[in-house]
Amino acid sequence: MELNNPKAKRITWWQKNQIKISPWIFLAPGLIFFSIYVIAPIFVSIGISFYQWDGLSPSIYVGLQNYIELLDDEYFYISLWNNLKWLIFFMLAVPIGLGLAIFLNQIVFGIRLIKSLFFFPFVISQVVIGLIFTWFYQPNYGVIAPFLNFIGLEGFSILANENTATYGIIFAGLYPQIAYCLILYLTGLNNINPEQIEAGRMDGAKGFHLFWNIVLPQLRHATFLAIVVTVIGALRSFDMVAIMTQGGPYGYSNVLAYYMFEQALSEYGYRMGYGSAIATVLFTIMMFYILFFIYRMYRNEREDNN
Amino acid sequence: MFPTPIHQRPIVNQYIYKIFLPISLIIWLIPIFGILMTSIRGLGDITAGNMWGTPSEFLLFSNLYDVFTNTPMIKYTLNSFKVTIPTMLGAVALSCMTGFALANYKFKTNLIIFFIFIAGNFVPFQILMIPVRDLTFKIGLYNTITGLVLFHVAFQTGFCTLFMRNFIKALPQELIEAARMDGASEFRIFWKIILPLTRPAIAALCVLIFTFIWNDYFWATVLIQGDHAMPITAGLKSLNGQWITAYHLLSTGSIVAAIPPVIMFFLMQKHFIAGLTLGATKG
Repeated sequence: MELNNPKAKRITWWQKNQIKISPWIFLAPGLIFFSIYVIAPIFVSIGISFYQWDGLSPSIYVGLQNYIELLDDEYFYISLWNNLKWLIFFMLAVPIGLGLAIFLNQIVFGIRLIKSLFFFPFVISQVVIGLIFTWFYQPNYGVIAPFLNFIGLEGFSILANENTATYGIIFAGLYPQIAYCLILYLTGLNNINPEQIEAGRMDGAKGFHLFWNIVLPQLRHATFLAIVVTVIGALRSFDMVAIMTQGGPYGYSNVLAYYMFEQALSEYGYRMGYGSAIATVLFTIMMFYILFFIYRMYRNEREDNN
Repeated sequence: MFPTPIHQRPIVNQYIYKIFLPISLIIWLIPIFGILMTSIRGLGDITAGNMWGTPSEFLLFSNLYDVFTNTPMIKYTLNSFKVTIPTMLGAVALSCMTGFALANYKFKTNLIIFFIFIAGNFVPFQILMIPVRDLTFKIGLYNTITGLVLFHVAFQTGFCTLFMRNFIKALPQELIEAARMDGASEFRIFWKIILPLTRPAIAALCVLIFTFIWNDYFWATVLIQGDHAMPITAGLKSLNGQWITAYHLLSTGSIVAAIPPVIMFFLMQKHFIAGLTLGATKG
């Protein structure tokens, strides 16, 4: 009976194409927003880097002039070099985070609260962390003053010295970053396959050998994540520099992210074109990591589908 | 389990561990203790250089009173909420939809769009700064909370989409198939089946976005000028410039700035950690 009902047979256009069109309706708001505010600006910025522009008066096309100027800019090299220091020393967060995670991966009274308190610095704003460490480094009454006196460096100011300022900031930056890696590794340790560990122990694996050959390979995912977020964090370092030294003394603790801001949008001038050129360099460096990350995801997707 | 559970170790090791654990915690939290102690002090201690000894007076409440009455701190805090909460809701709403679309439908550009969201999420802010500031100017939203929120929503959609898509993809597909067989429309499937199942993911995203946005400093400096719309991170920085030596007040302000994300973290810790580790792909 029902098959003869004409209403049940008629399939509307919408019903036929629903599956094809629905994804685009769901995607539209997010994708449009994201394109306007994130994707398009990348290309606009790269475009601006070929112009001379103060943000108000008409821009003048200068070709590669901004990049040529960069090649001769001493402060650009200092910032680039500092970024490299950030990349290298910020990586310490990964092994330290792992070490702490192993230390804390126990079941004793109060351990949950203790773990949460170890996560603490990650939740707090970098502005606050930067302020705290700035006082720590105060030469006369900071927390390290007694130590400095002890080694004979009375009144030494870490953040005012061109050789130590960057390391001082990186050290402060490590504080929340270690907490971040700790979180990742604790979850990783939690998800480890206990049977493999037991099998390893049966075979007589102990201590470092067990850790290196059986535990660490299983923490691959956590390690990958920790490295990704640490690299991104190192290249994005802005807040700490802005709060602690503003790139000083004389640009010696500058990094590309802050130097770009300083050139484009501060009392030092509104050099949008030059700033964009710096941003483009930073973007290019970051792009290597982004592509690596995406390549890895792509590989996983393919494995999932097979 | 790795390392070997401590209760399977010799009793001496157990004691050493139990003594060492609180000591390491105290060392780890020295910076936090420092700021707590300083917020109790008065100006007397600060000028006398007594930064680490016992505070000579207990002035936490008077410092709080000073911070709230003599500075725009209340305004800053409110602004932070006005930026953070709409961003959180907006980004989560948009990404529920994008995540659903990318997890659920097969179409040619699916992976490409997904990777665009991921790549965008990792770019350095500086490459966006000038055009975003310009755009915000042009649409008349420079120096407004709305302008800041719009950007944050758009940018966070990248991370949230990554998160949501992976979460929805891991849900049992049979549920959706069965609903389709029953003739449910795609919107009904999204609203009645997917959304209720994604509740844990939504919770995790909310905590994460709240923390990220509350602590944002860069965009607050780029898109906001002046106290009326300034969130607390940028506000603290500007107070830092004004009160070079008023550490007790700055510490108090810092604590005020830290309290909301810390409360959020402790209340929703499970979601927070799940979000951090789950969201960033199954790489």
